[in-house]
Amino acid sequence: MASMSSYESNINKVNESAVDRIFMMGNTAFLLVITIIILLPLIFIVSASFSSAEAVIAGRVTLWPVDFSLLGYETIFEHKKVWNGFANSLFYTFFGTIFNVFMTIIAAYPLSRQDLVGRRVITIAFIFTMLFSGGLIPTYMVVRDLGLLNTRAAMILPTGIGVFNLLITITFFRTTIPPELIEAARIDGANDFRTFGSIILPLARPIIAVLALFYAVNTHWNTYFQALIYLKDQELFPLQLVLREILIQNSIDASMLIDIEDLVAREGLRELLKYSLIVVASVPVMIIYPFVQRHFVKGMMIGSVK
Amino acid sequence: MGDRSHVEEQTLRLWLRIRRNWQLYVLLFLPVLWLIVFRYAPMYGAQIAFRQYSPAFGIEGSPWVGFANFIRFFNSPKFEPVIINTLVLSFYSLIAGFPIPIILALSLNQVKTRMFRNSVQMITYAPHFISTVVIVGMLFQFLHPRVGFTAVIAQSLGMQPPNWMGDPGAFRHIFVWSGVWQEMGFGAIIYLAVLSTVDPALHEAAVVDGANRLQRIRYIDIPGLLPTAMVLLVLSTGRVLEVAFEKVYLMQSPLNLGVAEVINTYVYKVGLLSPILDFSYSTAIGLLKGIVGLLLLITVNHAARRLTENSVW
Repeated sequence: MASMSSYESNINKVNESAVDRIFMMGNTAFLLVITIIILLPLIFIVSASFSSAEAVIAGRVTLWPVDFSLLGYETIFEHKKVWNGFANSLFYTFFGTIFNVFMTIIAAYPLSRQDLVGRRVITIAFIFTMLFSGGLIPTYMVVRDLGLLNTRAAMILPTGIGVFNLLITITFFRTTIPPELIEAARIDGANDFRTFGSIILPLARPIIAVLALFYAVNTHWNTYFQALIYLKDQELFPLQLVLREILIQNSIDASMLIDIEDLVAREGLRELLKYSLIVVASVPVMIIYPFVQRHFVKGMMIGSVK
Repeated sequence: MGDRSHVEEQTLRLWLRIRRNWQLYVLLFLPVLWLIVFRYAPMYGAQIAFRQYSPAFGIEGSPWVGFANFIRFFNSPKFEPVIINTLVLSFYSLIAGFPIPIILALSLNQVKTRMFRNSVQMITYAPHFISTVVIVGMLFQFLHPRVGFTAVIAQSLGMQPPNWMGDPGAFRHIFVWSGVWQEMGFGAIIYLAVLSTVDPALHEAAVVDGANRLQRIRYIDIPGLLPTAMVLLVLSTGRVLEVAFEKVYLMQSPLNLGVAEVINTYVYKVGLLSPILDFSYSTAIGLLKGIVGLLLLITVNHAARRLTENSVW
């Protein structure tokens, strides 16, 4: 990045031609249009969530809240199912991510060591699963035979190691830890466990951050498929499955709407509460990601090194 | 004699190397165990595609039926629509979704104002972090025939509000373009990373030679992106049969099933959702998909290597 700004400043010394000025204006316009296209739906959803049920059902909301109201949010906060889903998702994301990161690191370090006999075979065995898998039903049968169906473990154990994440971690170790360092530790009498614990792990902190993010967001918080096939018990459902019931299947506990006599108002609240739910479900990740996006970018960059 | 002692010496040395690193194998034990249980055991279990699986007999005990399950799929009325839907949805996604992140990256790379650049990046990445359920929920709300944004606009223009979510003709466009909307910013990251590694000296020399920005994009930036773009294209072509299950399944309704049933959703329904669960039939369809996908990847990679000298392996 630093090198880029230096070449930009060099170029700026040369006067820009008319063609370039027109091009840059077009370019800026293009990016503005893209940004607006991304933002419009988001603004609409947020505005609707802060409007009154009547305004929503009458289709009066465009890009600003109409008849400001928090009714949608109040209704959600009284909904036990949503909270239960939220708590379950936190549980799966927290323990699942710890498990994923632990497994990935202890696999990646040995596989990054050039002197390990069998390194290639094991790495290829991992990569092969990216290209071919046993399929949905055979995997389901394994989970079933292990007695994991309808347990919290079914949301965690099968996720194990993401091969892409494993590969970027191997690359990270190979490019940041010189073999001389490991050799020096050995000469000083440290065994591999000790080297791993007191030299490798502290150096691995940046990659651990990247992995934790990838796993937490992509493998746990935002997914519903594992839960759909492995869980039956409503009490265990993660947030995404609860959202699916409300947003997609349009099934909302009648008890949430019972106080409202009028059919139209009831319909209005039903729609309003969906907008609020969309906002509530996305806020945790939306708050965190601007602070961590540079780690994501870093992860992608490590991944792009072949 | 000399040969034999040489071989012995080599075996001994190999053995010493393995023993010296025994603790590394201890570290690898759990990951490899996980790999065997959750990734390779299912591959062993996939043999039920060639059997008539019944829970009472188990995997090895169920009778062999050869290719009966595959033939049943080929002869099924579902075969043609499911394959066609999968391919159309995949290639449409690929054609729309592949070039746009590249264009976005090239465009962003030209921006000099750091603030503007960072803001655009931050905003375009955002949709990537929204879950599939919420995205599809947003589509339903946004395109709602009465209260949606599109309905509001249509009404204000005095037009009949469209009901796109209920229109099978609109399904593919909604699926693909909402996907582009969600992933274009994040997809641009990798290209931006590659562009930042382009040698600044090339640009400086081009400026001295009087090249304008468009010419520099055409002759420096785009060639710089080509190897990465090629690798990503090969990988996505290898995955054309793996249409995003999670999103398609959520967008399905009785109205659009004719265009929205893809291999992955069909496998799920046959195996885990229908009144009579047919594990063998479902596994056969999944296995067929997996094998064709693998062959496709190998073929495309081979072609890419011969044509452009860029390939995944």
